[in-house]
Amino acid sequence: MKIGVLLKQVPDTETRIRIADDASGIVTDDIKWVINPYDEHALEEALKLKDARKAKEVVIFSLGGKGVDQRIREGLARGAERGVWIEAPENLDSLAIARALAAAVKAEGVDLLLAGKQAVDDDNSQVPAMVAEILGWPQVMMISELQIDDGGFKATRDVGKGVRQVVEGRLPAVISCDKSLNTPRYASLPGIMKARRKKIDNKNISALGVDTSSDPLVSHGNWGLPPERSKGQVIPGEPKEAVKELVRLLREEAKVL
Amino acid sequence: MGNGILVLCEQEGGQIKGTALELLGKARELAAQLGGSVTALVMGTSTPTGVKGAQQIWCVDGPDFQAYNTGPWARAVQVAIEKAAPALVLATSTVATRDFFPRLAARLGLGLATEVVDLCVVDGQVLGRRPVYAGKALYDVRVSSDPAIFTARPNSFPVPADLPDAPAPEALDVALTEADRLTRVVDTLAPETDVVDLTEAAVIVSGGRGLKSKENYDSIIRPLAAALGATPGASRAAVDAGFASHGDQVGQTGKVVNPNLYVACGISGAIQHLAGMRTSKVIVAINKDEEAPIFDFATYGIVADLFTICPLLQAEIEDLD
Ligand SMILES: Cc1cc2nc3c(=O)[nH]c(=O)nc-3n(C[C@H](O)[C@H](O)[C@H](O)COP(=O)(O)OP(=O)(O)OC[C@H]3O[C@@H](n4cnc5c(N)ncnc54)[C@H](O)[C@@H]3O)c2cc1C
Ligand SMILES: Nc1ncnc2c1ncn2[C@@H]1O[C@H](COP(=O)(O)O)[C@@H](O)[C@H]1O
Repeated sequence: MKIGVLLKQVPDTETRIRIADDASGIVTDDIKWVINPYDEHALEEALKLKDARKAKEVVIFSLGGKGVDQRIREGLARGAERGVWIEAPENLDSLAIARALAAAVKAEGVDLLLAGKQAVDDDNSQVPAMVAEILGWPQVMMISELQIDDGGFKATRDVGKGVRQVVEGRLPAVISCDKSLNTPRYASLPGIMKARRKKIDNKNISALGVDTSSDPLVSHGNWGLPPERSKGQVIPGEPKEAVKELVRLLREEAKVL
Repeated sequence: MGNGILVLCEQEGGQIKGTALELLGKARELAAQLGGSVTALVMGTSTPTGVKGAQQIWCVDGPDFQAYNTGPWARAVQVAIEKAAPALVLATSTVATRDFFPRLAARLGLGLATEVVDLCVVDGQVLGRRPVYAGKALYDVRVSSDPAIFTARPNSFPVPADLPDAPAPEALDVALTEADRLTRVVDTLAPETDVVDLTEAAVIVSGGRGLKSKENYDSIIRPLAAALGATPGASRAAVDAGFASHGDQVGQTGKVVNPNLYVACGISGAIQHLAGMRTSKVIVAINKDEEAPIFDFATYGIVADLFTICPLLQAEIEDLD
């Protein structure tokens, strides 16, 4: 079995976001880029299946600009075999990204495609389910448990209020991963050395038959920061009095009780 | 050009949820500017109660539509979109809509903007406001397809007091194909407790590493939450230490919450935690370190030992009439 992993480069979650002067996006000058945290769980699950001898090969697919090959390289250092880097312009909408990724996945021919439940930059949660539809494959999004056997899968997802559903289907399928699925491994030193010699295929998005010249279906502008939360008040006094005052403020001033 | 607004409404036990009413209220306001009528689509019941503000109600019922499943739900919403030919489709952002709407959008070649926190009409076009980078930034989002699809975060809009009652529901027939049955739900595991989901909760009490143990989390945070009618939450440090489960984590890689009241106990206020709860209307921080960053954005703070303050607070709340 061959497993594909969708891996996106995003700013480190520590990043303090600054807005560009023309409000068209964020300032990316001094951003530290990392693998999208949820995609680390997707990669880990693929590597675990390989460790369990249920898969032979793990291939990383990543679409984006500068630095993406570095993120793929980090994934190769953890144990993936190969990478596919789709070079593409910025500001594509999710459907264009999904079309490109689906075309690359189809050309490669994988039996299972794992992804993150969302990219922590755009917070869209769209691409994996779109890829599944384009390929005509079953999907389960945001799973917390996965079993692969005899050409089928059984996955568990949280559907809210603590209710969990167990979902079954046949492979090939697209599955997106939540963080409770596993604990991602670090790259080992030999892993890092080996990764240097592993192969990253470079593809251009237009060569995958995706037209990027038309206007996106979803576009954005007028970027801004959220309103600053002003520093509130620290309630002084002995514990008993402070708690009484807090409850009074919550009732009379904030009116939330 | 499509006309009118289709609203996918959440129900529970046949009762329309507050998240649906807030969308119906918003849809009515938008329809007044865009023209056309509001259609409510309800899944999994043929006798929904409490639907307001819609000119018609369509229901999709039957064993395939009771529990959430990707294929049947995507098909049902597709049938409704094709029948209503709306200019705009609205839904609440939930596990279900995050799962099937992108699939349907890809099928129909439509644009989808998820998790908006505001919607308005500018020059005859709908504009959404959506947080990105876990709420560290926001932008205006436009969807140029016809219809445009938006999902909204729960608790984004007030429910108007004067929403008129809706007429009797009509059944919408949905025929499924083989392609809609690619997955099967084989089991549903019930929760241990019956609390409001974090993403919809109006009050949240969260515990952090300062709780020191799962026993303390269970004996301090849970009863305080119960007294406040709140849903318990946790920081990642608390989840990683096993005090609470993964589903309870608030933050950039946990749940993004939007309650009226958020009480943070023994939580320092790291940037990734703030990202998940910064839109809370009122934030209360209880922390023994006056330098903790959480005090920079808490509405009210008490600098003291949480093991003293939390039980006192619980008793004080329980004494309220
Ligand atoms: C990729 C990534 C994603 C992340 N995502 C998230 C996320 O989604 N959510 C999240 O929360 N974090 C997230 N984090 C972790 C985040 O950076 C912090 O480490 C975490 O939020 C700290 O949790 P905490 O506040 O409980 O613990 P600490 O930072 O250790 O704070 C504990 C606080 O408790 C106080 N305290 C201790 N004892 C007492 C007492 N007896 N009474 C009162 N106060 C006391 C201390 O003064 C301290 O301020 C993420 C980190 C990374 C790298
Ligand atoms: N440009 C991309 N390259 C590779 N994978 C991606 C890309 N964009 C999204 N994905 C995958 O889709 C998941 C959800 O992303 P999103 O729909 O953007 O929230 C991510 O966690 C990745 O696994």
